[in-house]
Amino acid sequence: MDVQRASRTVVVSNPQGLHARPAHEFVKLASQFQAKIELVKGHERVDGKSILALLTLAAGQGTELRIEAEGGDAETALEALAELLAHNFAEDNPNNEA
Amino acid sequence: MKFADFISREAVRAELTADDKEGVIREMVQALVDAGKIHPEDFESIVQAVLKREDLGSTGIGRGIAVPHTKHPSVERLVGTVAISSEGVDFDSLDGERVNLFVLIVSPPDRPGDHLRALENVSRQLRDDTFCRFLKQARNAEEILQLLDEADNNQFVS
Repeated sequence: MDVQRASRTVVVSNPQGLHARPAHEFVKLASQFQAKIELVKGHERVDGKSILALLTLAAGQGTELRIEAEGGDAETALEALAELLAHNFAEDNPNNEA
Repeated sequence: MKFADFISREAVRAELTADDKEGVIREMVQALVDAGKIHPEDFESIVQAVLKREDLGSTGIGRGIAVPHTKHPSVERLVGTVAISSEGVDFDSLDGERVNLFVLIVSPPDRPGDHLRALENVSRQLRDDTFCRFLKQARNAEEILQLLDEADNNQFVS
């Protein structure tokens, strides 16, 4: 398979930000892909397959994050991860235990 | 945010006696009650909230570390504590390993930013293997507090 590189900037949409549970969901999804996944916030760049690394971003609602993927399935990975970050944490309402 | 901003010094425990997940959570919440950070009447409600959060996915994030936490309306500011189990406890961790090192955080529901910054601090510090190793080897609360202070002074993370 050819090496693909793909990146996209998304805005964290859920009110609680990228706290432990969404970070876990992101890592779970990212780990299903062979591609190397990184998240970039400003000058910080972290491994997208590590919960600890993701949590160090303290990405609250409205934070712009760039997802970078590199590997054979980079484009598929990027599509899925961007969708998750931008939309799928929407059910994460403030009444839920974080 | 630093450990000193939310870790209750009086609630730190170097030797947990509990040998299961619920027991660890009860012991740590009790430590916060004993330290005067949580009202005794809120104890059970907070324990149940932390357990409910664990049901959504273990906060045992691997490498012998767990960060059980919850939001709870009874606290006006972030409170937390650190505890060690030398034996290790089965915490349904993501990597299947037993957990030795616990950081419990209870945060007010209306402060998602503070919660994120506490998680940011904990995760940044715990990424350092030396810091984790020293913490797991701590023999008493004094040694844990000393390590947390050193971490706050950036002696582990450059």
